[in-house]
Amino acid sequence: MTAMLRLGGVDVRYGAIPALRGVDIEVREGEIVALLGANGAGKTTTLRTISGLVRPAKGYVALDGKRIDQVSPHRIVALGIGHVPEGRRIFPRMTVLENLEIGAYRRRGDLRSDLQHIFGLFPILEQRREQNGGTLSGGEQQMLAIGRALMSRPQLLLLDEPSMGLAPLVVEAIFDIIERIRDEGTTILLVEQNAAQALQLADRGYVLENGSVVMADDAEALLGDERVRVAYLGEGAA
Amino acid sequence: MTTPLTPAPTPGAPLQGTDSLLLEPSGPGRAPWQRLLANEDFRRAVGCLAGFLVLAVMTGPSGSQGAPTSGFTGSLFNLRVFWFVGLAAVLWGAMTLRRRYSAAVKVWNDKALALPRRLLPDTRVRYGAYFVLLVFAVVYPMHISGFWQEVAVQQIGVYVLLAIGLNVVVGYAGLLDLGYVAFYAIGAYSAAFWTGAMPVHLPFHLNPFWTIPLAILAAMLAGVILGVPTLRLRGDYLAIVTLGFGEIISIVAQNLTSITGGPGGVLGIPHFSVHLLGVHYVWGLGNLPYYYLLLGFVVLILIFFHSLENSRVGRAWTAIREDEVAAQASGINVLKYKVMAFSIGASTAGFAGVMTASQVSYIEPADFTYQLSILILVLVIFGGMGSLPGAVVGAAVLQWFPQFLRLHPLFGFQQQDLYIYLGALLVVMMIFRPEGILPSKRRKREIGLAEHGVGSADAMTTSTAEVQ
Repeated sequence: MTAMLRLGGVDVRYGAIPALRGVDIEVREGEIVALLGANGAGKTTTLRTISGLVRPAKGYVALDGKRIDQVSPHRIVALGIGHVPEGRRIFPRMTVLENLEIGAYRRRGDLRSDLQHIFGLFPILEQRREQNGGTLSGGEQQMLAIGRALMSRPQLLLLDEPSMGLAPLVVEAIFDIIERIRDEGTTILLVEQNAAQALQLADRGYVLENGSVVMADDAEALLGDERVRVAYLGEGAA
Repeated sequence: MTTPLTPAPTPGAPLQGTDSLLLEPSGPGRAPWQRLLANEDFRRAVGCLAGFLVLAVMTGPSGSQGAPTSGFTGSLFNLRVFWFVGLAAVLWGAMTLRRRYSAAVKVWNDKALALPRRLLPDTRVRYGAYFVLLVFAVVYPMHISGFWQEVAVQQIGVYVLLAIGLNVVVGYAGLLDLGYVAFYAIGAYSAAFWTGAMPVHLPFHLNPFWTIPLAILAAMLAGVILGVPTLRLRGDYLAIVTLGFGEIISIVAQNLTSITGGPGGVLGIPHFSVHLLGVHYVWGLGNLPYYYLLLGFVVLILIFFHSLENSRVGRAWTAIREDEVAAQASGINVLKYKVMAFSIGASTAGFAGVMTASQVSYIEPADFTYQLSILILVLVIFGGMGSLPGAVVGAAVLQWFPQFLRLHPLFGFQQQDLYIYLGALLVVMMIFRPEGILPSKRRKREIGLAEHGVGSADAMTTSTAEVQ
């Protein structure tokens, strides 16, 4: 399989503060890749760099072999990268339907089949379609954020902490749907604090520490790795 | 072992020393004056009386250096004060009745509003109402005095135009522009330039009608030039930059004497005129012809803005106002749409500038002060941000009211007091009706939700927090 997305030697700085240092990441078609790490390790920055919201100071980001690191964010959406931002960031005073319509902003034409698809994945959103986004529960908002990103028909979906602040049952439901989205043909790059669950779902994983990739392996191998178990799965050293 | 100096309070017993007017129970142990102070009706009466006495002082004669307190004595120890005490009593009575019979009031309200509520969603009824209003706007000014006709043009017409223009920037796109008057000035000075009235002029000069597109273009260009670098900034920074821009324009107009005429301004800007196919007509010194010209343009612009609001562009603006980062992540070219809103607003102001310049035929830098930007913003906020009917009604009412007060014998209103009233009005509005008098549907929802703790309803941009 060829790499769909490749980050090579990416440095990102916020002013003088380095956020990423020489990050190399590769996502192949049809994979779920998990990005793990502590707070401030650079996970969110990595996603923001991919979707063009921040520019790398060094290195490159390439989608299907073409560099996208100088392309503006709205064009990157059109190229097929959907971003579900951290904290969901739905439009609170737009209805569920309007939120989904904004997600398809780069595409013109009939949205009915897309809406049907989203409502198939998240039946609750169909019930709430005329409700304001801000009145939804946290889990429903996460579903709406994912649905909104899917409306652009992305080939690659970036998910930033979809489990944040949600009840365990809801997290499980969301993870099931992430798997289903992958099975329908969308590649997924997933940022998670919930390392155990993310690695059970993912094919491969990267561990970030202080802006650098310190480990990259198959998900199973990472799950079995002593250091990962201690640092991210909350198990005491044996 | 230490013994506590005071016994621990028994559970259930009232705490000592925390007696406060705000705590409800007025137990038997309290002095009569305490009970009086705790009485809601009494407190409301004091509030009403105090408010109207302040109003009496504000609208009364002003003090002089020789007799600094004459402002107070002339207002309060004067028969005039009884009017204000009476008004306070009426307001207090209304509030008390409303409170006592709030359930009945609600029933009446629902009954009275049932019909309009059922009819309003019907577009035919709505367009019918707009038509009636338009007929009123056409016919009514024919029957008023010359003074009120002048008010209708210079105070209301031009400001309605400015308000609906700023409404695009502030209401639709959520960009706080505190230097809006700069574009108004650019429009007015463009008109002066192209008609050959400025000290610097071209060998030919144009009819004011031809300066309209040129002035709009100039204002729009200024909007783009200012917008492209600064609209990358977030809410508060943009407000500061626009504030500075407004000052720059007015100071430039004041100091470039050889080009703009300096503080003395520009005289002799020609009136609009038509000389086409044998038809000759000049808009002269009368107000009505300008009024109808303005009315026509305002209606056209309203139709244009209304369709813009409900287009893809309008939806992009809403998304940007709600959450800029999410809008960007959804594939909206945020900068493009912000610049678009900014320059559409700017060109509307530029157009208003031409109208003023050509009618008054005299402009000076003092016409374009920072306070005017604030006034226009207040018109938009008062009417209801993001609502076209709101901007129109807000501008019309707020511009009409000071003139009414000025002429009314009871209120010795003076123009320099205007901002006192506007400030007070805004404070009252933000407490009782923050969404404006005719809010847009969405804005109403925004504020309703925020009051229930969902999201925020900041005045301008709702979400400026950046992700990491």
